[in-house]
Amino acid sequence: MSLEPSDLKALNAYLKQGVQDVLFVPREKYLALMSKLYDVGFHFLSDLTAVDYLTYKGKRELPADIKAERFEVVVNLLSHALLKRIRVRVQVPEDLAEIDSIFSIFPSCENFEREVYDMFGIIFKGHPDLTRILMPEDWVGHPLRKDYPVSRVPVHFKESPGPL
Amino acid sequence: MSKVEKDHRQSVLRLSETQANALDIDETIIGPGETMIVNMGPQHPSTHGVLRVMLELEGEKILRSKPVIGYLHTGMEKTGEELTFVQGATNVTRMDYLSPLNNELVYCLAVETLLGVELPPRAIWIRMLMSELNRISSHLMWLATNGMDVGSTTMMIFGFRERELILAFFEKTTGLRMNHNYIRPGGVAADLPDGWEDDVEVICDTIPVRLEEYDEFITGQPIFRERLTGVGTLAAETAIELGVTGPLLRATGVPWDLRRTMPYLAYDQVEFDVVVGTVGDAFDRYAVRINEIRESVKIIRQILEKMPKGDYRVQDPKITPPPRARIDESMEALIHHFKIFTEGFRVPEGECYVAIESPRGELGCYMVSDGSAKPYRMHIRAPSFANLQSLPAMLRDHFVADAVAIISSLDPVMGEVDR
Repeated sequence: MSLEPSDLKALNAYLKQGVQDVLFVPREKYLALMSKLYDVGFHFLSDLTAVDYLTYKGKRELPADIKAERFEVVVNLLSHALLKRIRVRVQVPEDLAEIDSIFSIFPSCENFEREVYDMFGIIFKGHPDLTRILMPEDWVGHPLRKDYPVSRVPVHFKESPGPL
Repeated sequence: MSKVEKDHRQSVLRLSETQANALDIDETIIGPGETMIVNMGPQHPSTHGVLRVMLELEGEKILRSKPVIGYLHTGMEKTGEELTFVQGATNVTRMDYLSPLNNELVYCLAVETLLGVELPPRAIWIRMLMSELNRISSHLMWLATNGMDVGSTTMMIFGFRERELILAFFEKTTGLRMNHNYIRPGGVAADLPDGWEDDVEVICDTIPVRLEEYDEFITGQPIFRERLTGVGTLAAETAIELGVTGPLLRATGVPWDLRRTMPYLAYDQVEFDVVVGTVGDAFDRYAVRINEIRESVKIIRQILEKMPKGDYRVQDPKITPPPRARIDESMEALIHHFKIFTEGFRVPEGECYVAIESPRGELGCYMVSDGSAKPYRMHIRAPSFANLQSLPAMLRDHFVADAVAIISSLDPVMGEVDR
């Protein structure tokens, strides 16, 4: 079993082959593509992360019919049987930063999706427990966004008199 | 809904801080059928740093649990975006402080993939030597802390004693015992010191003898076995669905080792066995790790034989600094040296994901470059971060006392989990 060109066409996905295979897919077909990938043998989710392309200086190479958006969710899958890795990249717009959760297919995405939510503020629809994971629960802002400066928060310790 | 997912949903306690605070609890009365929620950590000696686990208890039995992390979060991925590619290794080496060289390695492999440079063979073999030594020292550290957690204080001393041998060699080679910044984009920082063969020979001769001692002293000991056998069992299917890698996955019987299945460096040129367990309990994890030390020694012996001669880094003045002697006589060398350490080198646009087998599992690095001297995005896929997800499944239906052994068998390094 493998990923057929007809499947890709049905999912509006675009496969860029190279040293590392990359799949581009529109956000609406993301969940369908992931379940297709699971069916063809990619049972292991290595990594799920996101990139904020707000200040990207280079040229973004995307397939013609995929519109570049501010955020991009990147999923790295691994197949133990095929000894192959594949990467899925999905564009997520800034004004509606949400995407389907793949928890029902890969339960291991739980921590990764929470981290992306915490760091980028992307909402994963259908995630069982979408709360902050690394930052405190009452934190304001999403640190890995490019418009979040490195030294925004003055460091002070509990019960210290504070900066003079 | 698959069975694994169902079990997972049932064993994870989904309770946020705010919800927990809002609970109206009368602590004095626990009625029949009522459960108790207890915090284990973040300041508990056996939680390996600052891991906090919320446990839902029915008497002594754990029902659901939830690992709460983030106490050691220092924003290293954000920092990574502010440092040049040259400086980056200094940052990532602090993530998994028990296997710093592996972290540097994965970072440098990612940078080199984007650069498209090919390393001289000696650099590759030195990297392999260092990462195998690091695997041994990390596993020894685990043997030590695991011994401590299950009540064997002697093991703590033993593990640290043997680890010291390796750290001394690291200090001799890299100048530091931890956080080496030794593996750098383009090769390694310095060649191995004179007489390194003798030091490594001593390590290779000592460690297996000491492992025999451990076997006699701890592996066959009934109390130790009783404490670990059948505790925290994880099925292979569950492990894969929950993103578990490394010794934890191999203990369940899945022969998945990136060094063998997707070789990087020169692991396809050395012989070693992939150690697997059978049932996937805490004792299997112990057995897998202690035998992996033996395999690493085997690899190191082969490296000793096969270590090629030549350069220890690429001779590209745009990537690696010129030799010290050249700076005194050549203006160009001085300029290159100055340029590399002030603005660094530019990396072509692109993105890549590189993964290696760290002592804890699949350590990955996803890197995006926009053509400047700093990574646009640097993400580390930390094995402990993913492995922690399996904790609720392992803790379910065990006693609180076993939780200590289970957390220990997972070998989480909080520096890596929280980054």
